[in-house]
Amino acid sequence: MTQPLAIDNLTAHYGTTRVLEDLSLSVAAGELVSLLGASGCGKTTTLRLVAGFLEPTAGTITLGGRDLTKLPAYRRDIGLVFQNYALFPHLTVLDNVGFGLKQRGVAGAEREKRARAMLERVGLATLADRLPGALSGGQKQRVALARALVIEPPLLMFDEPLSNLDAKLRVDMRVEIRQLQRANGTTSVYVTHDQEEAFSISDRVAIMHAGRIMQFDTPEVLYQKPANAFVARFVGFENLIAMRVVARDGANVTAEAAGGARLILSQERMGPIPDAFVLACRADGLAVSKDAGAAGLPATLGLRTYLGRAYQYQCESPAGHLVANGALSTPLEPGVAASLVPVAEQCCVLGVE
Amino acid sequence: MPNRIHPGLIGFTILVYIFLTGPLIIVIGASLSDTTYLTFPPQGLTLRWFENIFEISAFRRTIVTSLQLAVLATALALIVGIPAAYALNRYRIQLPSWLSTLFVLPILVPEIVLGFSLLKSVAVGFGTPIFATLLVGHTLLVLPYAVRVISASLASFDFSIEEAAVSLGSPPLKTFFTIVLPNVRSGVVAAFILAFITSINDVSTSLFLTGPGISTLPIQILAHVEQFFDPTIASVSVLLMFLTVAVMAIVERTLGLTFLAK
Repeated sequence: MTQPLAIDNLTAHYGTTRVLEDLSLSVAAGELVSLLGASGCGKTTTLRLVAGFLEPTAGTITLGGRDLTKLPAYRRDIGLVFQNYALFPHLTVLDNVGFGLKQRGVAGAEREKRARAMLERVGLATLADRLPGALSGGQKQRVALARALVIEPPLLMFDEPLSNLDAKLRVDMRVEIRQLQRANGTTSVYVTHDQEEAFSISDRVAIMHAGRIMQFDTPEVLYQKPANAFVARFVGFENLIAMRVVARDGANVTAEAAGGARLILSQERMGPIPDAFVLACRADGLAVSKDAGAAGLPATLGLRTYLGRAYQYQCESPAGHLVANGALSTPLEPGVAASLVPVAEQCCVLGVE
Repeated sequence: MPNRIHPGLIGFTILVYIFLTGPLIIVIGASLSDTTYLTFPPQGLTLRWFENIFEISAFRRTIVTSLQLAVLATALALIVGIPAAYALNRYRIQLPSWLSTLFVLPILVPEIVLGFSLLKSVAVGFGTPIFATLLVGHTLLVLPYAVRVISASLASFDFSIEEAAVSLGSPPLKTFFTIVLPNVRSGVVAAFILAFITSINDVSTSLFLTGPGISTLPIQILAHVEQFFDPTIASVSVLLMFLTVAVMAIVERTLGLTFLAK
């Protein structure tokens, strides 16, 4: 009974401050979508609006054709997993998991059977009679997960569920969450500020900033083809170089950066290039060539750091400060004049904003 | 060497205990004295001063009045104070900060002023019955304690627990009783006990509000002392102490147990 979620033109205010602006998002049935962004970007607000803890100033929320917008939180039938677990301290693990079933009128014996079966699935069957205070962080989050899953909600939402766990456990738990979500086929919304977590767990990710979605796509597309400078920076494109086309020759384009350096770029390899654009490259996509005359951006090398797979150089060029990687076989010293050559497949062309 | 306790510390500890228990021992001792005047240590042992309490009808009546008053005022203070404390904590960010100060104000007003003001403005102004005026006075007197103590308990309550319950299908009011209250149980019990003791021992506020036919036990004790110096006063005090302890025990057990029961 998995259902699609549709958020349409949602706007929300805290007092007079607008925290969400005309936000639309659709999550397909069975899909896991992450809302990713820094604190204050509106991701948690979005989750709380869908859960019914906040009221939108405009817009609608629909779950499987059911309009949730005006429905009180307790009738929305959404499974929630909180950052701080939010287990009921005065109830045993079993009663915590059975709580939602009790609200749905499931009788004692049946309730216990289903709660125990769910605890079995998250590997906590032996802890059923403990109080939450006696559990570790990872165990608590498993109980919270079991408590949300046992009511078989059409929608599951996670609010930074792994932030309070240590790094190793975080990785294990996210795999576990993904496996349970896949097995149940539950439509899910996952809020996090951790890019690696969002990318590894999600079918699609919405990158948010200042109450808007900057880009909503699969992790692969976000990582390789960011749609704008904000997303490009967010996913680790260190170099954003403003350029302008000076000549076109079939598929090849000659473009000039600030300071007059010219590059010849292939539209066959990089897609259509408008007259004014921003060339985005990761350090990996900007190869250091000690041949200062090579077809790249002239630069003076600065600080060199060792990354294990390459050397990274802080470079000064007429186009601004750039970060580029060079081969391990040829370490270069600071002060050397070099050429930074964009690797077409690892760069992308952004429109000017 | 490492675990030796300084003899001075032992001496000091004993002094503190004497200081704390001394008055209790003296009052209990005096109440048992077989003399017609208050004295300690008791001379002879008798329970006749306890019997004497019940022979004096004013004591019989005021004990009942004081108990009724304390229970009702405490109940009212909790009925007003629990939701107030809840709202003050739940919506702390949205509410102006002076609002919580408002609930402490009655503590700042000297009790005797509170009593006198209530006499002038409520009892005389509206002609309310004596018991009702006393109840208003005592409720005002104990409300700040109730709000503060329950607030302290709620301050450490994580309200996302409440949201978790709501998201699982529990309506807000039901959630308050099944999830919030059980987790601030100790605060409610402490507030009850503190409010009850404050009410049952109050003299200053009640002094102005008692009237013909209706008085409270402490006021009656005061009246009695003005005329008599027999150990009845001591035995009444002992009785008052035991009543308070009994109520505390009952509250502790019943409130504790009903809240624990799912």
